[in-house]
Amino acid sequence: MAKEHKEKIASLEAFQEKIDRDEKIEPKDSMPETYRKTLIRQIGQHAHSEVVGMLPEGNWITRAPTLRRKLSLLAKVQDEAGHGLYLYCAAETLGKSRMEMTQELLSGKAKYSSIFNYPTPTWADIGAIGWLVDGAAIMNQIPLCRCSYGPYARAMIRICKEESFHQRQGYEIMLTLAKGTAEQKEMAQRALNRWWWPSVMMFGPNDANSPNTEKSVKWKIKRYTNDELRQKFVDAIVPQAEKIGLVVPDKDLKWDKKRNNGQGGYAYGEIDWDEFWRVVRGDGPMNNERISAKQKAWNEGSWVRAAAHAHALKKQTALQAAE
Amino acid sequence: MVGEEKETILWEVFIQPKNGLSHRHCGSIHAPDREMAMLSARNVYSRRGEGQSIWVVRSIDIVSSDPDEKEETFSSDDKIYRHPTFYDVPDDVGHM
Ligand SMILES: [Fe+2]
Ligand SMILES: [Fe+2]
Repeated sequence: MAKEHKEKIASLEAFQEKIDRDEKIEPKDSMPETYRKTLIRQIGQHAHSEVVGMLPEGNWITRAPTLRRKLSLLAKVQDEAGHGLYLYCAAETLGKSRMEMTQELLSGKAKYSSIFNYPTPTWADIGAIGWLVDGAAIMNQIPLCRCSYGPYARAMIRICKEESFHQRQGYEIMLTLAKGTAEQKEMAQRALNRWWWPSVMMFGPNDANSPNTEKSVKWKIKRYTNDELRQKFVDAIVPQAEKIGLVVPDKDLKWDKKRNNGQGGYAYGEIDWDEFWRVVRGDGPMNNERISAKQKAWNEGSWVRAAAHAHALKKQTALQAAE
Repeated sequence: MVGEEKETILWEVFIQPKNGLSHRHCGSIHAPDREMAMLSARNVYSRRGEGQSIWVVRSIDIVSSDPDEKEETFSSDDKIYRHPTFYDVPDDVGHM
């Protein structure tokens, strides 16, 4: 027993040294069980978020105001489907099957980003999502391109290349509305009001309440803490809002020259963590709607999957007969 | 709600960005047969002209070396005579 324990510690230390040397971990390399589990959970949740994230925007594809906007939105939503697939494939390299992940999403067992449990009542919400939600996702994803797990890092590089168009198209929508009629500007402002706090919450709990962060940073799964990323996000977005004449809905927002190690940054108001946890636990405005939409799509697609399998089998049989 | 369904076949996808470069692994996809594998590979991994040729290979058909035998399989530290620096040539011979 004692010997086994010693061996375990030695292999943990060897693993940490490998990480410290900035070596990547590849699927068949040995890795601590917690590292594997942490990644499966994180990559799985990330994949589910991309997939569920198509729903609030998909809601507006048929109602986009111009053909140009419609093309962009279609391309963006299609990209998000791709992101989900890159990530499922990265999670599969760790030994979890696609079917298992799909079932967990459909049964409501798996988590996905809470941001997608908010509704998109106006066209301006599509602008706000691209600008703020994809903006926050980019903040999160850029450091993940250097994640210690090879397949995850490679998927993130591909994703980050595609994301910047998402944020730009969203900001362009907001800019256009902000320059439009008083009503259009008002619509943009209201969408910003709705999406601002949920976007700030996207980075997760404060560092003091995020017990897994330390281990993830040590294993170079995460490179920055939740609060560090949140600060970067606020600092980037505030001037962008000013530029188009919109107001970030936070009365406590002010320049604080002590932030970012004395380089300066924005101080922001208290986040409503009760709301955050309420939505995480399933009580957001759209939680049920999102899961039922996924279940409906899965059930209605069942005959397509069955037909594809039958077709594959038929061709295989014909091929064998010919041989 | 979710009936018992079969896992579809897993395929590895390789893309050649342009002539002159080799095909490079870029990820995997699920599909029941080769035609659908090719179609999905194109839709998932090449939406922005990333390539001009795609290979899809069933993942189970790939034979892989054992990662625990990296040392034995790849070590060549004992064969330094396979590297040019092993050989002494006068400096004034120039680049060789
Ligand atoms: Fe995405
Ligand atoms: Fe995106």
